[in-house]
Amino acid sequence: MVAEKVKAMLAEKLDMPVEEITEESKFSDLGLDSLDIAEMLMNLEEEFGVTLEADATMTTVGALVARLEQMGK
Amino acid sequence: MRNRVVITGIGAVTPIGNNVPAYFEGLRTGRNGIGLVTRFDVSESKCKVCAEVKDFDPSVCFDRMTARKTDLYVQYAVCAAQEAMENSGILGAVDADAFGVYVGSGVGGINTTCEEQNKLMASGAKGVSPHFIPKMIINIAAGQIAIRYGAHGPAMCVSTACATGTTAIGEAYRAIRDGYMTAAICGGSEAAVNPLALAGFVNCMALSQSPDPEAASLPFDLRRGGFVLGEGAAMLVVEEYEHARQRGAKILAEICGYGATCDAHHVTAPDPEATQTVRAIRQALDGVTYDPARTYVNAHGTGTKLNDQVETLAFKKCFGEEAYQLHISSTKSMTGHMLGAAGAAEALACILALQEDLVPPTIHLEQPDPALDLNYTPNTAVHTPIDTAISTSLGFGGHNACLVLKKVAP
Repeated sequence: MVAEKVKAMLAEKLDMPVEEITEESKFSDLGLDSLDIAEMLMNLEEEFGVTLEADATMTTVGALVARLEQMGK
Repeated sequence: MRNRVVITGIGAVTPIGNNVPAYFEGLRTGRNGIGLVTRFDVSESKCKVCAEVKDFDPSVCFDRMTARKTDLYVQYAVCAAQEAMENSGILGAVDADAFGVYVGSGVGGINTTCEEQNKLMASGAKGVSPHFIPKMIINIAAGQIAIRYGAHGPAMCVSTACATGTTAIGEAYRAIRDGYMTAAICGGSEAAVNPLALAGFVNCMALSQSPDPEAASLPFDLRRGGFVLGEGAAMLVVEEYEHARQRGAKILAEICGYGATCDAHHVTAPDPEATQTVRAIRQALDGVTYDPARTYVNAHGTGTKLNDQVETLAFKKCFGEEAYQLHISSTKSMTGHMLGAAGAAEALACILALQEDLVPPTIHLEQPDPALDLNYTPNTAVHTPIDTAISTSLGFGGHNACLVLKKVAP
């Protein structure tokens, strides 16, 4: 469920079909810069009621989803 | 050794047309760009009219994600720059290190500021977008244009209020003339048709309170009572003459002079003696030969009581009896006051005048003010030989700027 929500949010932001976003997709390959990632994390914090910090290891959609799932979301 | 400087590309987004052909057609035919405010509710406002850009489509320049991260004033700027760049054919034909961007705005990203302020009030600091600052700041149009075209020369933001467009072109002209760069994109952009900006301009008594779009922007008319808030952008590619010639560029006009002074008198009111406006015009005309009967003057002509009076006085002090031979007009009668974009849009009107021997009109000039007795080209464009064009711009803060353009023999 978390993965679907994250992909849908990204698809809306990027104006691209949701099928083109996979867990392997890198944020940089999707065209997101550091400000876009910061904004996405803010949106996710709001959506899931959590606190997220950007870190260097979280470079893919899958890594972000795993982080959220770890937080019990 | 001073370089000659020519204009090889132009682009525009204006209340009377969203590209140069449409803008020029509007100027030729005296199109009125002023209407009732559509973007927000003005039922409580003393001012009901403005000159909005109509049917602007950011997808001409931006994908949706980028458009969301870009203030409207930057969208207008980039769109006009894109037209000017295509028009000039300079991309790839100029050394990127010697290619500059001199682009300004009077106000900057005020729509973005207001949106983010609302988020701050509603959700606190965590609601404010990470894109807020780089979306709103007043130099970011210059930055975005430099990124788009890989321009590594000087990129800067000129901001002299309503004189911004003229100052940006003039400063780029000087930098090319004196050898600091080969070419530049220059001009101004504005998107301040916004409830906060409108209220501010109303309350500082700058705006016309006429509710009639056909009788609101009234430069040099007895009924004038303030300017009409406009918006848009205009950009020029300016280039060292030999560089333009060698690459076979189409040369639209030559920039022959620029003057810049400050009243140092009052934040909004012009010096009633026009001393520094006169000096800016004289600086720009220094060394230029001209025939007053073949000269077009695009006046600042805002339609405030004081501006039109002071500007008329300035022309009389500069040109003496010959002031009566000048072909003067205020294109703000059609476009409203595009603030930071005005000077650049008006430089384009000067190019039209030179290219087509056509003086754009001052529309709605139906009740001449007996105290203002020069030839302001009322109501319809006039076909007459034009060799020299002068554009004057005056800004809050006392800024005076003046450009002189001439035809270039083919």
